[in-house]
Amino acid sequence: MNRNDRRRYSSRAWLGLMYALTVLALIPLGLVLWFTIAKGLPSVIHPQFFINVELPPCEPSCPPVLKAGVEHAIVGTAIMVGLASLMAVPAGILAGIYLAEYTVARWSGWVRLACDVLVGTPSIAIGLFVYAFLVVPFRHFSAYSGAVALAILMLPIVARTTEGAVALIPNGLRESGLALGLPRWRVSLQLILPAAAPGVITGALLSVARAGGETAPLLFTALGAHILELNPGNAMQALPLTVFRYALLPYKSLQAQAWGAALVLIVVVLGINLVSRWVLRRQIALAGQL
Amino acid sequence: MAVGVKARPVAATRPRDEFRTVVGFVASLIPGLLVLITLTLLQQAMPAIKQFGLAFLTGTDWNPVTDSFGALPAIFGTVATSFLALAIALPVGVAVAVILAEPGKANIRGFIGTGIELLAAIPSVVYGIWALYVLAPWSYQHLEVPVSEHATFIGWLSDPAVRGLFNAALVLAVMILPTLTAISRDVIKAVPRGMKENAIALGATWWETTWRVILPSARAGIFGATILALGRALGETIAVTMVIGNAYVIPHSIFQPAYTLASVIANEFTEATGTLYPAALVELGLVLILVTLVVNIFALLLVRSTSREARLTA
Repeated sequence: MNRNDRRRYSSRAWLGLMYALTVLALIPLGLVLWFTIAKGLPSVIHPQFFINVELPPCEPSCPPVLKAGVEHAIVGTAIMVGLASLMAVPAGILAGIYLAEYTVARWSGWVRLACDVLVGTPSIAIGLFVYAFLVVPFRHFSAYSGAVALAILMLPIVARTTEGAVALIPNGLRESGLALGLPRWRVSLQLILPAAAPGVITGALLSVARAGGETAPLLFTALGAHILELNPGNAMQALPLTVFRYALLPYKSLQAQAWGAALVLIVVVLGINLVSRWVLRRQIALAGQL
Repeated sequence: MAVGVKARPVAATRPRDEFRTVVGFVASLIPGLLVLITLTLLQQAMPAIKQFGLAFLTGTDWNPVTDSFGALPAIFGTVATSFLALAIALPVGVAVAVILAEPGKANIRGFIGTGIELLAAIPSVVYGIWALYVLAPWSYQHLEVPVSEHATFIGWLSDPAVRGLFNAALVLAVMILPTLTAISRDVIKAVPRGMKENAIALGATWWETTWRVILPSARAGIFGATILALGRALGETIAVTMVIGNAYVIPHSIFQPAYTLASVIANEFTEATGTLYPAALVELGLVLILVTLVVNIFALLLVRSTSREARLTA
């Protein structure tokens, strides 16, 4: 074997290794999905799974019927993520418009950096912050404070994706609006924003998916509850909290509930992600036509 | 602003942009929040900072009964899990990025890319329950026990345990892989095509082109991606809390239970009473947020400067 053969074969070997590592990287995805479905499905298809919110007097002999529903957790997650979206999405969109429309402003560079840093900030630290800021003064764990913590997580995501979507819109649209004498705010909000809507919606959806799966910021804000709670002024349960707390308990039936809740969570989160990905592809195709 | 009116008459006639003021204000909430979070944690941690000073960072004791708190085991656990996770994820992440940045077969690459991005979308608590019931027992049986049996003479590879530092690092590696891959792919793609074509024209094989030309010129960006992933790993809470074993010690073996800054807070904060105990926990949070701030800002500036460089040279 001469030198060139050796080079060629080693190149092939390295390429093969790279492909092997790529496959290796995808294995955890498959495993997580598989085990969540395999272990979660038996509890999810049980009618008791959603509605019954009593905690079972379980050990030492566990009844085969699962008696701790997750209805209150699903409702709690919906309420808190909804409230968080009401706060974070409008603010995030305005911030994103600022980033995209005033790109050259020196301050926007700092805001952009702050966005990216805030995305990487440990969510548990945000939980501590909201605890000190909203829970301590009111002396009450509440869904409001949980929603604020989630909103802080969502804000930079919405802002950055809005910026990306607005930046995709060709400058001609902006300039024709300004040439017709429209003020900046009408150009931005009535011309650019509708054109960028699919991308903006994607960002909002992605942030909702992220917030829906977060546990750490809720630990000291929403705290969790064992009953169905509709008043956001009180402590409230959320799906991720259910998974976290039940999974660590020694009771088999509650562990099964945790797997079921994990399945619900993963279906919702991945569903939102896939839908928003599809919307985004359409947006890019649309912007290409403009 | 009004001072320059005579010199620049245009500026005087231009209407004030109120819209800019409004959106600028809303956007300023984001840096504002960042500062507010840091200052609030600083203020809340004050009792502990006053009591312990710098000794807090080097103390190894954590005893709420005697009010004696030190952060070293948690800092050690955080740093050890994060770097171990990076060591596992970096080769895989770069390999995936190289494959994704190759031209052609857009369908397959799109599929792989989507798969990796979905890894980032899975909630941390789902990783946690999966790691606790599937990954950790498997890794205990098939990795930890054989390794410790074959390497009895190496102390830090002894005493396997189902919940421990190594298994926490393993699940962290999976969780930071998407960050690593996405940014590395973009950086590799930003390498000017001419460089690759020159190498091929000189007769370099695929591997020689990748290893000697592409990766070196993407080096700074990949380094930035690594640091950014490190930032994510340092702050990850829930999944780590579920598998690390929660033992407030500096373990003698990487397989043994340990603790991280974030998991101590997650486990103990709601039960902390008095003034010093919660303050000590918040100080752990303060250490965590300051470290991640520095790490993130450094990484972001690095990634940004390399992508700007790539745009200029392209």
